[in-house]
Amino acid sequence: MSDNNSEHLHMNIPKYIGIFMILVVGTIATYFAATVDMDRFFPGANTLVALLIAFTKMTFVMLFFMHVYWSKRLIWLAAVGSFFWLAIMFAYTMQDYLTRGSGTFSG
Amino acid sequence: MNAQTAITEGHADTPKGNYLTNGSTLASWLLTKDHKRIAIMYLISVSVFFMMGGLYAATIRLELLTPASDLVETATYNKVFTQHGILMIFFFLIPSIPAILGNFLLPLMIGAKDLALPRINLISLYIYWLGGGLTLFALMQGGVDTGWTFYTPYSTTFSNSFVMFVGLGIFINGFSSILTGLNFIVTIHTMRAPGMTWFRMPLFVWAHYATSLVMILGTPVVAITVLLLAIERATHVGIFDPSIGGDPILFQHMFWFYSHPAVYIMILPGMGVISELISNFSRKKVFGYEFIAFSSIAIAVFGFLVWGHHMFVSGQSIYAGMVFSFLTMVVAVPSAIKMFNWTATLYKGSISFDTPMLYALGFMGLFLIGGLTGLFLGAIGLTVHLTDTYFVVAHFHYVMVGGQVIAYLGGIHYWWPKMTGRMYSEFWGKISAMLVFVGFNLTFFPQFILGYQGMPRRYAAYPEELQVLNIFSTAGASVLGIGLIMPAIYLTHSLIFGKKAGDNPWMHPGLEWRTSSPPPTENFDVMPVVTWEAYEFGEESGLDLEGAKRRDAASIA
Repeated sequence: MSDNNSEHLHMNIPKYIGIFMILVVGTIATYFAATVDMDRFFPGANTLVALLIAFTKMTFVMLFFMHVYWSKRLIWLAAVGSFFWLAIMFAYTMQDYLTRGSGTFSG
Repeated sequence: MNAQTAITEGHADTPKGNYLTNGSTLASWLLTKDHKRIAIMYLISVSVFFMMGGLYAATIRLELLTPASDLVETATYNKVFTQHGILMIFFFLIPSIPAILGNFLLPLMIGAKDLALPRINLISLYIYWLGGGLTLFALMQGGVDTGWTFYTPYSTTFSNSFVMFVGLGIFINGFSSILTGLNFIVTIHTMRAPGMTWFRMPLFVWAHYATSLVMILGTPVVAITVLLLAIERATHVGIFDPSIGGDPILFQHMFWFYSHPAVYIMILPGMGVISELISNFSRKKVFGYEFIAFSSIAIAVFGFLVWGHHMFVSGQSIYAGMVFSFLTMVVAVPSAIKMFNWTATLYKGSISFDTPMLYALGFMGLFLIGGLTGLFLGAIGLTVHLTDTYFVVAHFHYVMVGGQVIAYLGGIHYWWPKMTGRMYSEFWGKISAMLVFVGFNLTFFPQFILGYQGMPRRYAAYPEELQVLNIFSTAGASVLGIGLIMPAIYLTHSLIFGKKAGDNPWMHPGLEWRTSSPPPTENFDVMPVVTWEAYEFGEESGLDLEGAKRRDAASIA
C-alpha cells in the first residue's frame, strides 16, 4: 500500500472499465431482481436482495474508484467508519419498518 | 522556542504587524487564505443572519403578546416561525462557533500556522454566502411556510411557498459545513506543533474534532434528503408522498438522522468553549480531562443513535420508539460527565467573575435545565402529552440559546482581546451577561408551563387563560433582546476606543495566549514547542505570572 501521488498507476484503464462493467451488471441485476416476487420466500426479501447488490456496488466504488484499496490504514478507518454510519441509518430505520405493525400503545 | 521565551516574545515592546494590518483592500480580505481573516468574515456574516433571525423571533413574541392573531395573518405567522428556525439553525447556530471561533483559534491552539486546507476554508465561506444568499433571496420573494423541518407530504405536495429555493440554499450550505469539518480533522491530525500530543490539546479542540465527525458523517444525509424532497416536488416520483407510493415517515427518519446530531454540531463546540472558560477562570487544571475529551466523542457517536425520539408520535413502531427512548437516556450520560467535571473543576478553584465566566456559569445552569427537560421528552409515555407543545420549544431553546448562544457569547468575550487586540468594557459586559441570563429565563421558563398546560407550538392564536405567561415571555424577550444588542455596541466601540489588551490579558496558559494580540498572519514568530500539559497554571507551563504583573503595573504607570 502506498500514499504517494501515483494512484493512477494502481490500475490501468481496462481494469477501470472492468469495474464499471461490474457496476452496470449490478444495476441490471437490481432491475430484474425487482421484477421477481421474492417476498414469497420471506417478507422483505426483494428489499434485501436490492440492498445486497447496492452494497456490493458501493464496495467496488470505494475500493477501486476511490482508491481506498491502496490507501493508508487511517483512510480505511474513515471508509469503514462511514460505511458503519450508513449501516446505522439503515438498521435503525429498518427496525421501524420491520416492526411497524406489531404492538400499539393501547395493547 | 521554549514556553518562557514564547511568553516573553509575546510581550515584545516593538509593535509587530498582525493579520488585521496585513493588507487593507477588499481583495486582500476576499482572497485571503488566512484562517483568522476568514473567521472575521464569518463573524460578520453570521451576525447578520443572527440579527435577521432575531427580528423574526421578536415578531413571534409580539404576535403572542395577545391571544388573538392580530399582528400578522396566520399564513404569515407560519412563514415567520419557519424562517426564524431556518436562519437561526442553518445559518447561525451550526456555523457560529466552529466557523468563527474554531476557524480563528484551532490553528493557534495547536501551534499551527493555518488550517491544513486554507483554500478549502475560503471556499467554505463562499459556499456559506451562496447558500445564505439563495435562502435570503427566497425569503424576500415570499418565503417558506413548512416549518424548519420541511415535513412531508406538506412540503412536497401542498405548500405553495418557496420550498425548492430554500431547500437548495440549505443543500448548498451543507457543503460549507462538510468542508469546515474536513479541514478541522485534517488540521488536527497533521498540523499539531511539536510536543502538542492528543492529550495536551485543549478541550476546545477535542470538541471541534468530535463536531467535525458529526458534520462529515451527518450533513450529506440531510443534503440528500432535501434533494429527494426537491426531486419528488419537481417530478412527482413517489419517495415520501404516500399517495404515489412513498412514505412520509421515511423523510422524518432521514431528516432526523442528521438533524438530531446537528444539535450536537451546535452544542459540542459550545461545550468546548465552556471547558476553556471554567478551567481558565478557576485557574485550575480541568477535572477529568480525558473524561471530558472522550465524552465529546461519545456524544458524537451516541448522538447518531437517538433520532427516533423526535418521531414518537409519528406512527413509527412502538418497538422502535422503545429502543430510541432507551438510547436517548444513554446519551445523557456523557453530557452529565461534562457537567460533573466542570463542577468539580470549580471546587476550590480561584474563581474570577469576569464577563466570560458569567456566561460560563450561566451556561451550566441553563444547559442543566435544558438537558433534564430533554429526559421528559425522551420518555416515551410522557412525550405523548408534551409533543408539539411549548414545552418542546422551551426545552430546545434552553439547550440552543441557554447552551450554544451563551457559550458563543462567552467565547466571543473571552477571545475578543486576542482577535482584536482591544479590551471591551468589563462593566457593560457584566451588565449584558446578566441581562441575557435574566431575559432568557423570563422568556423561556414560562413556556415550560405553557407547554405542560397544553399550548401547542406554531399557532398564532391561543386561549385567553394563557395570556399572562405569554406576556411574561414577551417581556423577557425584550430584556433578552437588549442584552444581546449591547455586546454589538460595546464590542464595536472597543475596536476604536478600547484599551489595548496585551497578549495575555487573562494570564492563561493556552498556546493562543502565547502570541501577540492580534496575532501575526503566520500566528507565531517561531514554531512553538509544547512542553507542558493542558491547563497547566504552574511555573512548568512557562507562565511567568510575576513578570506579567510587573509588566501590567509598568504599562498602567
